[in-house]
Amino acid sequence: MGSTWTALSLSLTVALWATGICLITGTGLGYLLARWKFRGKDIVDAVLTLPMVMPPTVLGYYLLVLLGRKGPLGSWLQSQFGINLIFTWQGAVIASAVVAFPLVFKAARAAFEVVDPQLEKAGRVLGISELAIFFRITLPLAWRGILSGALLAFARSMGEFGATLMVAGSIPGKTQTLSIAVYEAVQAGQDDMAATLVMITSITCIAVLLAAGRLAPGQVASR
Amino acid sequence: MIFKKTGFTLAASMCLLLAAIPQAQAGELIVSGAASLTNAFKELGTAFQATHPATKLQFNFAASDTLLQQIAKGAPVDVFASADQETMDKAEAQKLIAPQSRRNFVGNSLVVILPSDSTATVKALGDLKQAGFKRIAIGNPASVPVGRYTKEVLEAAGSWPALEGKMILAQNVRQSLDYVARGEVDAGFVYGTDAAIQRDKVKVALTVPTQKPISYPLAVTAASGNAAEARQFVEFALSPEAQAIFAKYGFTKP
Repeated sequence: MGSTWTALSLSLTVALWATGICLITGTGLGYLLARWKFRGKDIVDAVLTLPMVMPPTVLGYYLLVLLGRKGPLGSWLQSQFGINLIFTWQGAVIASAVVAFPLVFKAARAAFEVVDPQLEKAGRVLGISELAIFFRITLPLAWRGILSGALLAFARSMGEFGATLMVAGSIPGKTQTLSIAVYEAVQAGQDDMAATLVMITSITCIAVLLAAGRLAPGQVASR
Repeated sequence: MIFKKTGFTLAASMCLLLAAIPQAQAGELIVSGAASLTNAFKELGTAFQATHPATKLQFNFAASDTLLQQIAKGAPVDVFASADQETMDKAEAQKLIAPQSRRNFVGNSLVVILPSDSTATVKALGDLKQAGFKRIAIGNPASVPVGRYTKEVLEAAGSWPALEGKMILAQNVRQSLDYVARGEVDAGFVYGTDAAIQRDKVKVALTVPTQKPISYPLAVTAASGNAAEARQFVEFALSPEAQAIFAKYGFTKP
């Protein structure tokens, strides 16, 4: 039973870190593409959305080749910092973050595009800085969309399996998240263990979604 | 009006989708084989089809326990070949195979492999306790036969507790091989036949004698829809022609 709670805390840790990374990068890039006109914007958008469309195992393979000991990024990290991300929970965070990024990015971009530019212009007329405009005008208006993207990203990270398995492996206590533990239990014929794990994952996800529903109650359409 | 049309189209598409699910056909054999048999079985398949043109072979490779789970849950498999007796015993206990068709058809060896650019040496299992070996790939003993062979050997040598913290568990023997070939781990336990597949990227450091000989059994499944053809495949696997193919890949006599 101890291993079940370890797998749960690992899943939550990885999902929280990955969602955090996605929030920052997704919101930033979503804002950039919502406000800035430039040539090739559609291509950039497509590339940034790619991880959502690609099979997770394909992404896992790219990450493995990139971050592995013999890969371009991996060998640099190894030689400069002595860090190896393969078979670590940090590697699992990166895999989950890459996979879930488009969910926050797309939601953020759509949310920012809906914010009335007149309101931002009003802020400029009144003389506050661009940074203040973003944090006091734009973000408060866009946060519901971003939050829904973040929830999807969290759920995606909790369930992430293919890319995580390839990059982080399945080391009990270190990188064996709930989804991987379920897979291993089924493979080993431990149906009871699998059922327990599935139950715990489902309850956790429902609890998170309910809590998030409290944070952002639906708005009644005003007449 | 548009909803009626859409609804009808949807219903028709669903019917087509379900109707397209193929039923087991005579003349088609599904063979589930342990991951280590991948290359040898594929060549065997070509040879079998040359003499049995009416039978179409489909292969399914994974760790033996995974294959057992698939069969137990009703997968339409005709022949099951596993990498250890234990998995086949479980299959027999669950009445998933025809016991009289069970035969041992090849043997194998357990080896320790290192990435080909590694400068380390392994003269005995105890050498793996050295600090230079931070990560060792083994198959997950809960679901992969090679992992079980490895665990037995290490427990007998008294090295299992010391090495357990270094273990990277793989889903099947070919994944262990891949980890070593990529240099992501410092050493790995695979079969002799697997090491030969990637002989340019891995090198065999040590051949490990196992507690009991590694012997692969195969059998016709109890629920097979093509029992006669399945038995033909089993007989073929024991024939001199097939045994020569297995020997080419490094398998030993059963």
